[in-house]
Amino acid sequence: MTNKTLVSATINGEAVEFLCEPQQSLLECLRDILGLTGTKEGCNDGNCGACSVLLDGQLVNSCLVLGVEIQGRNVTTVEGLADWRGLHPIQQAFLEADGFQCGFCTPGILIATKALLDREPHPSETQIRAWLSGNLCRCTGYDKIVRAVQIAADHLSSVADSSIH
Amino acid sequence: MQPFAYQAPASVGEAVALLADPHREARPFAGGTDLLVQMRRGLYAPEMLVDVKRIPELNHITFDPVEGLTIGAAVTCAWLCDHPAVRQHYPGLVDAVSLIGGAAIQRRATLGGNLCNAAPSGDSIPALIVLAATATIAGPQGTRNIPVAAFCTAPGKTVLRPGELLVSLRLPSPTPHSGARYLRFTPRGEMDIAVAGAGVWLALDADGTTIADARIALSAVAPTPLFVEAAGKALVGAAPTDEAFAAAAALAQEAARPISDVRGTAAQRRHLVGVLTRRALHGAYQRAKGEACHD
Repeated sequence: MTNKTLVSATINGEAVEFLCEPQQSLLECLRDILGLTGTKEGCNDGNCGACSVLLDGQLVNSCLVLGVEIQGRNVTTVEGLADWRGLHPIQQAFLEADGFQCGFCTPGILIATKALLDREPHPSETQIRAWLSGNLCRCTGYDKIVRAVQIAADHLSSVADSSIH
Repeated sequence: MQPFAYQAPASVGEAVALLADPHREARPFAGGTDLLVQMRRGLYAPEMLVDVKRIPELNHITFDPVEGLTIGAAVTCAWLCDHPAVRQHYPGLVDAVSLIGGAAIQRRATLGGNLCNAAPSGDSIPALIVLAATATIAGPQGTRNIPVAAFCTAPGKTVLRPGELLVSLRLPSPTPHSGARYLRFTPRGEMDIAVAGAGVWLALDADGTTIADARIALSAVAPTPLFVEAAGKALVGAAPTDEAFAAAAALAQEAARPISDVRGTAAQRRHLVGVLTRRALHGAYQRAKGEACHD
């Protein structure tokens, strides 16, 4: 059955249009139609968080969103973090803290970290661990990831301070 | 996933018309955190998903000190847990809803979905039962209201008839000197499913020395979330003491009909019902006195 719908949305700040079928998840649309393969498929049932993206600034699992649902909405994927100046401070913090090994969970964790720090700029370790409970990493054991989030919070608050002065 | 058609109507009437069409199997679609997973597993293969997130009646939280709280069925867990009036007046509901999934699931999963999924372990359901919530259902024959305590009929089954749609949940305004608490046991702190859970609500008389009314409901220890009316009634007229709470918890244990499965044994679940009910009663009592609750 071909039953394609034209979807217009903003992805990483750019207007995009694509055709998809209703049963295609946002994850499939990003990877297979739009070529944005930074977002990963892990479990495809909402447990692992590898497919995390921001939908209108809110953290969601893109495997549990339909592509047709993003009509008129804003999506941020890991490709939207870095800009012409270089890596996003969160990405820089993960490099500094060695917050990844194989890297498969990393795009989702970077996005989840952005969602956390947008909401709570100075989270406690308990808050960080609770927030990242939906992002599974089978390599690092999380301590370095938590440290990276703490460093990212410091980076972002110093950026915020310098922009005030 | 099997192909299906997608519609996103803007009114309850349009949604019911789509759902009630006898020539096509359609299902309501809100957060999709259970439904899409079940469809990928082949449990359901609807020909149409009816996205209910554009319908105003399903997408609001309204609190009135006299009328109480109305929550649209498509309100997400995160929306509910961040709502100031819900946090202030219904912390027992926040206890339960905040436990559903992690941060990403919280932003998609809905209160109505948790109820309609009708899992025996659905965390919000005991909390809704003890808070005397009523479900408002729209269907081809009009609207009807049913207590949440009677909503789930078997694992994954509800009172919803073909073509019917859960519109909202109504909770009465908070009774003076009352408090509610929901607690569950899981091996993991987050992103887990209850091995057992207990929701309780109690109201004290004006001088705070006697329990005027109480309700207890359990999760994951029966084919549906279980309202144990007798355990709550046993507290009426009693002083809010450890002994009274332990006696009510023992009645809850007796009423539980747990099974042994991958998450826990029947004996462990029955034990947990006792511990969780007693602790939840202490927490609800602290809230009824206007204190913060500590476990």
